[in-house]
Amino acid sequence: MSHSQRSDIFLLDADRTTWHDETLWFVRQKRDKAVYALPEFQDLRELASQIKNHTLSKLDFYLAQFEEAAKRNGVQVHWAADAAEHNSIVLGLIKKHGATRVVKSKSMLTEECHLNPHLIKNGIEVIDTDLGERIIQMREEAPSHVVLPAIHLKKEDVGDTFHIHLGTAKGNNDPQQLTEAARQHLREKFLAGEVAISGVNFAIAETGSVVVCTNEGNADLGVNLAKVHIACMGMEKLIPRLSDLSVFTRVLTRSATGQPVTTYTSHFTKPAPGKEMHIVIVDNGRTKQLGRPDFRASLKCIRCGACMNTCPVYRRSGGHSYDFTIPGPIGAILSPNIDMRKHASLPFASTLCGSCTDVCPVKIDIHTQLYKWRQVLAAEGEIPASKKWSMRLLSSVLSRPGMYGLGGKVARQGLRFLPHGLTHAKGYNPWAIARELPEPPKQSFREWYAQQQKNS
Amino acid sequence: MKVGLFIPCYVDQFYPQVGIATLQLLEKLGVKADFPKQQTCCGQPMANSGCEQDAIPVYHNFVDTFQDYDYVVGPAGSCVYHVRKHFNIIEQTPKVEHVRENTRELFDFIINVLGITEIPGSFPHKVGLHLSCHGQRGLHQANESEMTPVRDGQLKRLLTSMKGLEFTELDRNDECCGFGGTFCVSEAGISARMGQDRVKDHVRNGTQVLTGGDMSCLMHLEGVIRRGKLPIKVMHAAEILNGAIL
Repeated sequence: MSHSQRSDIFLLDADRTTWHDETLWFVRQKRDKAVYALPEFQDLRELASQIKNHTLSKLDFYLAQFEEAAKRNGVQVHWAADAAEHNSIVLGLIKKHGATRVVKSKSMLTEECHLNPHLIKNGIEVIDTDLGERIIQMREEAPSHVVLPAIHLKKEDVGDTFHIHLGTAKGNNDPQQLTEAARQHLREKFLAGEVAISGVNFAIAETGSVVVCTNEGNADLGVNLAKVHIACMGMEKLIPRLSDLSVFTRVLTRSATGQPVTTYTSHFTKPAPGKEMHIVIVDNGRTKQLGRPDFRASLKCIRCGACMNTCPVYRRSGGHSYDFTIPGPIGAILSPNIDMRKHASLPFASTLCGSCTDVCPVKIDIHTQLYKWRQVLAAEGEIPASKKWSMRLLSSVLSRPGMYGLGGKVARQGLRFLPHGLTHAKGYNPWAIARELPEPPKQSFREWYAQQQKNS
Repeated sequence: MKVGLFIPCYVDQFYPQVGIATLQLLEKLGVKADFPKQQTCCGQPMANSGCEQDAIPVYHNFVDTFQDYDYVVGPAGSCVYHVRKHFNIIEQTPKVEHVRENTRELFDFIINVLGITEIPGSFPHKVGLHLSCHGQRGLHQANESEMTPVRDGQLKRLLTSMKGLEFTELDRNDECCGFGGTFCVSEAGISARMGQDRVKDHVRNGTQVLTGGDMSCLMHLEGVIRRGKLPIKVMHAAEILNGAIL
């Protein structure tokens, strides 16, 4: 199915679409307020962008520096070329400790690698401890947003889910009571957790430490209660120095939710006495993307989700319409790198309005990359044949002024004299599902102009 | 100053009155523009569909048509943006560079080349201004809500000089209308929904006349308005200014 087909399913529930759009627009407005209140915000964006550009340009150096510093801190560093290797490293570490109960804080990377199904298949209980993640885990759904993974769900949906899984009263949709139920449930899991897996927001090359930003404190609780901490990170998460971090913490949450900073910004540098800390550094296609000059800037992404909140398409199609771990505009430029055929429709799921580029806190030229992916996809034969041939035909008309003038006239006359039911036929003219065609005038501009020239 | 009038293909075929208004407005402002008839299109429909290579002969036709003009002026931010930004894939000969640099959107030309910031006239209606994304975010013709709470822009300034004109305060100042070129048919469902939402914002806030600098957005919104039989008149801003100028 294409993005457009999956969107059509989402759009069937018009009220829910309205609600989804307005909810995310509210988040975008909160972001705007936070941004307007900070006069230096645009300078911070530029700085963040430059730091990321610099880091990506010397990634080999910073990765080596990071590994060395982390090892010095007593952290064990592992390298994974792809998702499968990542999953097997994590499973191996869990098994080595004879553990079966794992708590996990939010990590888009482990979603990308499909770690949970792999662990469960191997007899490990893995519990997502971020509230939104836990909700969708119970429902066996994928996250629909990078920051707000359950944003596609209403409180009624959560009430139903908790009724089934946590035994809350049927019809209890009170957010406070539902959160309390989740809290009690998760507290047990935290206390029982033998291994804690976390994601990584930033990895600092000079200190070898990883930084995890959460609003719920679930990463801290999980890591500090468990014997073993495994931090999983994509190799693009690096920043050079600890002093660079403040630039990112200032733009990250303002862009994401409009908060000045996340409630918890936790630095993990070395294992506590008697405990172990591991960092798994994952490539999984990132080197390939780094090798594509037009698209490497997509690796600057800090996963704030601002491009999703602002995207007029995402807000009306829902995160699942992208069928990729990272949805929205940024997902649409990351996904073809992973599987061009499967995700061929995503770069076309945009009007190229450019709002994503304007909110991006690290200045990724998202809409330009969408345009460029379209060119790559067409060149690789990954666009529908009907589109390919109609564009060829259009080109041959538009590069011949005489044929264009004649073709335009024929089309206009056709529209003038064909019955409305035919020109607006359902199933043949997608424009007409919600729109009238323009009323064709008798004369085109060029015909009018020629007549004026003749008369004068 | 030799000015070539660039009338995008869909304006030429479906909205000749916008081309006429552009020509007449320029004339009233002291510029006699020429319409070279071998022009066709900027090539954007092919390029946005991923078929940039197929658009190359169209790019060359555009450059050859307009190479001898000092300025190329068109009433369409999106097409102008395409020429300026995306004609980078053909060899950058002096004539290509000249045409790209000097292709200007109508209101940008009026304000920044002609130096005219006020147009005396009267238009006593409640006007909803639709900002085209390519004009606004692409050509920076208006402030962006992503950057600043200040709602300023070239077209807004020109229309402000119209006596009796009142702007609609929209709930969403600059959300995309959902036209998006071939997006309007390849993602028809989302495109339609975006258009409907934009129109609702105008209806809710009392727009009588919906205007903008890009007829492509307006064609899409007009289609929604006419389908809903809504009491909103759609006019390109060139039509308003040309009709109201004293």
